[in-house]
Amino acid sequence: MTANKTIITDFLVDQMQMPVDIAFWVEIVVVAAVYLGVFALLGLFLVWMERRAAAFFQQRLGPNRRGPAGLFQTIADALKLVSKEITGTEKRDKFLYTIAPYFVIVTALMALAVLPFSQELQAFDINLGVFFITSVSSVAVIGIFLAGWASNNKFSLLGGMRSGIQMISYELSIGMVIVAMTVLTGTLQLSEIISFQQEHGWSIWSGHIPAIIGFMIFMIAGTAESNRTPFDLVEAESELGSGYHSEYSGMNFAYYFLAEFVNMFIISAMVVILFFGGWLSPFGITDGIPYVGVFWFVFKTLGVVMLMMWFRWTFPRFRIDQLLTLEWKYLIPISMVNIVFMALVVWLGLTF
Amino acid sequence: MGIEALLVFPLAGVALILIANFLANLISYKSDNKAKQEPYESGIPTIGPTWIQFRVGYYLFAIIFLIFDVEVIFLMPWAVVFKEVGAVAFIEVLVFLVILGIGLLYAWKKRALRWE
Repeated sequence: MTANKTIITDFLVDQMQMPVDIAFWVEIVVVAAVYLGVFALLGLFLVWMERRAAAFFQQRLGPNRRGPAGLFQTIADALKLVSKEITGTEKRDKFLYTIAPYFVIVTALMALAVLPFSQELQAFDINLGVFFITSVSSVAVIGIFLAGWASNNKFSLLGGMRSGIQMISYELSIGMVIVAMTVLTGTLQLSEIISFQQEHGWSIWSGHIPAIIGFMIFMIAGTAESNRTPFDLVEAESELGSGYHSEYSGMNFAYYFLAEFVNMFIISAMVVILFFGGWLSPFGITDGIPYVGVFWFVFKTLGVVMLMMWFRWTFPRFRIDQLLTLEWKYLIPISMVNIVFMALVVWLGLTF
Repeated sequence: MGIEALLVFPLAGVALILIANFLANLISYKSDNKAKQEPYESGIPTIGPTWIQFRVGYYLFAIIFLIFDVEVIFLMPWAVVFKEVGAVAFIEVLVFLVILGIGLLYAWKKRALRWE
């Protein structure tokens, strides 16, 4: 099914004379290790990108000393974080405090694992792909909530409660937009969604008005889901210290930081898969060349990430009642109507 | 790759944290004093217990969320087969969403969606 399976397993079985069973397990370990590396590098790269983008919007230079364009700055930061003492408050709930980072890291890693980077490069092509990503990333809220609760710190508790209410609320509109786009494509499998778009054009084009409404809702809800400004009430620095991870130090803090940025990438990748054709090239200019899809997928996804970074320096932070009003009184009714609208459009055959 | 291989990924995540924490414990400089073990609340000593009752608003929203989340799960299979079923599916989902919309309106009217 996937190229990396056949390449690795074939190589091991044919060239190294390895039994098929062992080759299978070796392959799994190799793939998991590769994804771990991608996970860490992606987090470091996105932190660098965020800082450079912030500097760009504020007409500063940003990190530019370590390595080309300051690329190694975040690696230095990561090394610094490793060398920090892992400590925390004595009053914490030790068990919950310890297991909380595992939730965020594991869920971000599992969601990353099913993303289709190109036609040939997709580790897992499960038939419930989109549903799997949303369900897995909704578990991450448990990690953040546990961190806030177990810290025994009033600011952390507030941050944790806010994250709970914010992330579960905005998950609803994400789910409903996915339902609307599923009506258009008729499948939940990531590779099939993209091959549908290969035939009918990108969804934002073939679904026209309801797809554009869905895209706007998805961008708003996705920004809220990954706890980014203007929805960063969870770790609002000026009111809550740093929210749910106040009591985490060193690497324990770095896990939350890493997972937050990888989640941003995953949300952007979902936008690209659902609306902008995943690894498809614009107008099919590079069709048929293997592995070029990786470039287009990453290029488009980083474009959406850039848009989310742009939001951060454009909008002021919401109050919590405004946040809930926006979701429950505007986005949910709009996305419910949007499902019916999309169903009507598909039923009457008005798609391109 | 088979779906069962996906179960390796949680293990990989756990391994990442265990290894990184082990390294950090190995090379980090450690110090200890009484103030360091206090919760950090912007430098002010914490007053009273933290795990107390919190406002009911969070709870209300969580309950309404549960209803709508189940709704989304119900809609997923409908969305997949919509093109094959056609008109019947459209009318059915209209009824389904209208009933849910009335539920949302009820919560709205009961001021469950107000943050006060």
